[in-house]
Amino acid sequence: MKIHEYQAKQLFKAAGVAVPQGIVAKSPEEAAAAFTTLGGPIAVVKSQIHAGGRGKGTFKEAPAQRGVVLVKSAEEAAENAKRMLGNTLVTIQTGDEGKQVNTLFVEQGLKIARELYLGIVVDREVGGPVLIMSSEGGMEIEEVAKHSPEKIVAEPFDSVAGLYPYQARKMAYALGFDATAVRSAEKFLPQICRFFVNYDCSMVEINPLILTEDSQLLALDGKVTFDDNALFRHKDIVALRDLNEEDPSEVRAADTGLSYVKLNGNIGCLVNGAGLAMSTMDLIKIHGGEPANFLDVGGGANEEQVTEAFRIILADKNVKAVLVNIFGGIMKCDIIVSALLNAYEKVGFNVPLVVRLEGTNVEIAREMLKASGRDIISATDLTDAAQKVVKSLGA
Amino acid sequence: MSILVSKSTRVITQGITGNSGLFHSQQCRAYAAECQPGVDVFVGGVTPGKGGTTVDNFPVFNSVAEAREKTGANTSMIFVPPPFCADAILEAADAGMELIVTITEGIPVMDMLRVKRGLEKSKSRLIGPNCPGVITPGVAKIGIMPGYIHKPGTIGIISKSGTLTYEAAWQLGRVGLGQSTAVGIGGDPINGTSYIELLEMFQNDPGTEGILVIGEIGGSAEQQAAEYIKSHVTKPVAGFIAGQTAPPGKRMGHAGAIISGGGGGAAEKMEALRAAGVIVSDSPGGMGDAMKKAMKK
Repeated sequence: MKIHEYQAKQLFKAAGVAVPQGIVAKSPEEAAAAFTTLGGPIAVVKSQIHAGGRGKGTFKEAPAQRGVVLVKSAEEAAENAKRMLGNTLVTIQTGDEGKQVNTLFVEQGLKIARELYLGIVVDREVGGPVLIMSSEGGMEIEEVAKHSPEKIVAEPFDSVAGLYPYQARKMAYALGFDATAVRSAEKFLPQICRFFVNYDCSMVEINPLILTEDSQLLALDGKVTFDDNALFRHKDIVALRDLNEEDPSEVRAADTGLSYVKLNGNIGCLVNGAGLAMSTMDLIKIHGGEPANFLDVGGGANEEQVTEAFRIILADKNVKAVLVNIFGGIMKCDIIVSALLNAYEKVGFNVPLVVRLEGTNVEIAREMLKASGRDIISATDLTDAAQKVVKSLGA
Repeated sequence: MSILVSKSTRVITQGITGNSGLFHSQQCRAYAAECQPGVDVFVGGVTPGKGGTTVDNFPVFNSVAEAREKTGANTSMIFVPPPFCADAILEAADAGMELIVTITEGIPVMDMLRVKRGLEKSKSRLIGPNCPGVITPGVAKIGIMPGYIHKPGTIGIISKSGTLTYEAAWQLGRVGLGQSTAVGIGGDPINGTSYIELLEMFQNDPGTEGILVIGEIGGSAEQQAAEYIKSHVTKPVAGFIAGQTAPPGKRMGHAGAIISGGGGGAAEKMEALRAAGVIVSDSPGGMGDAMKKAMKK
């Protein structure tokens, strides 16, 4: 789960991680009032959407307006807010459709001495979290890793003990901090690492992390992703979820216990198991088609789930054919077929449906499909299924 | 011969009084009874607070230590729900279980980091979590896979995925290849046993003549496996990587299946395996044929 920058900064602040002063604004009046409260002479008005690239992004309704702007008066803050709120911001990460901006964050302007990068992730190979920093603030870390890896410093830390002060100093010296900045790092870095562990994060990114002219570290941005599996113990985080930022069909699928990811192709897929679902997408591509989605109905695949899965797949207007690929293990194929047939009736299929079943009671299941009299194309193995579904598009 | 599961395996189920814990314990018991008539392989279960009761003839104990003492079990199969699962794994290790097979899906990463650390000083081997389990066809299965698709034979399977492993076993069956042991290592970012440890076991197992490695996007475990294969594995190896069409930044069902930061893509994994001499199938429909081809080399 992801949260907005202003939410991340509120959590940072509560955890003792230094952030600039900022105020949330949901109207031009609030933006103007925020400017006045912060006291000027400059402030930054920032669109709150989950996607990155906001500073360079522009609005569909006001192409000259950027997603993040520097303002010098309360009036200017209000004027910009008017062009941002309720409008659609398009950045390199939002796709062409963009994202509606409903909230702004107005932040004090700061005198910046240096911009840095800070990231924390769990490194699978190390078997623990690792703090990553780079002297190239504002740049994508992937780009820095590709072109100037020597500018990146990384320090694994123990998830229980946290980052030790000596490790913080090690990073600070490697980045060429002065004595005051080293002391700031000794406080800032262990705190942000503690935050990462305490909140079960899967990623924290502060880009840029800045050093002010008086050598203090401040989080100028905040991107936090939480481990979905740990949300059961973080009710306060769950309350921060913004459903406007998520794909509605993916949200709907998750509510039914389905795992769904929308893609851009025209062949819908319904599969049991994540590995097999990914493989089914690959299979379609290898045979010249384009998958419209990833969809894992799980091991159970009951009628309610299959019905909802069909509804979600068919709600995607790009879908011109559907492939069902089920390896019935513990769940017997004949039970899956009766769920399929009932779902087929309820949903009202209007595109070709190819079904590939294998596993327990598969013979009975195939007979049931045939006897149903429905226009369902039966396939024997993976390759056969892919060929048939791709061919059905041309028919 | 086989790895991990043999005729001396005796299993208890942690979380046996839950729906899936009980159902799969019954399925496992039935499979073992078919393979080894008259032998009790699944000898009981653990649910704290329900000790002294029985559920469908399985004796239930309050703790793993007690279950081990009373039944002589050396293996635990875990179905405990995610919030309590890390604790259950550590309890099994503390009680001295040699093999701990964790089926549970959805354990927080931070919990698994603590488990890994707790297991460092223990002799227990953890398989999973979020995996289908382990099967030695014709002997016993510890997990949720359908027993009948796995035929006894000489191929070792190592896989991150459940149903894709069933698909692989089924394809192997169609080309006349059975399995010595099939192991699901799980699709989580932090897991118990790695490809490399299992490759070593299969390489040293006289009952295994070839190995099928099934990977998926995310992390670089497959690349490390490829390095190991190049320098240590002399038996024929075939492979497949799921997720060639997955877009970066999107989690594909499994918590570990995500392409991030320009790493973890299918193409680089396939390339690494090929460079190690592995016969890699491009299509998931070609896993059986790839294995057969590798065996003929």
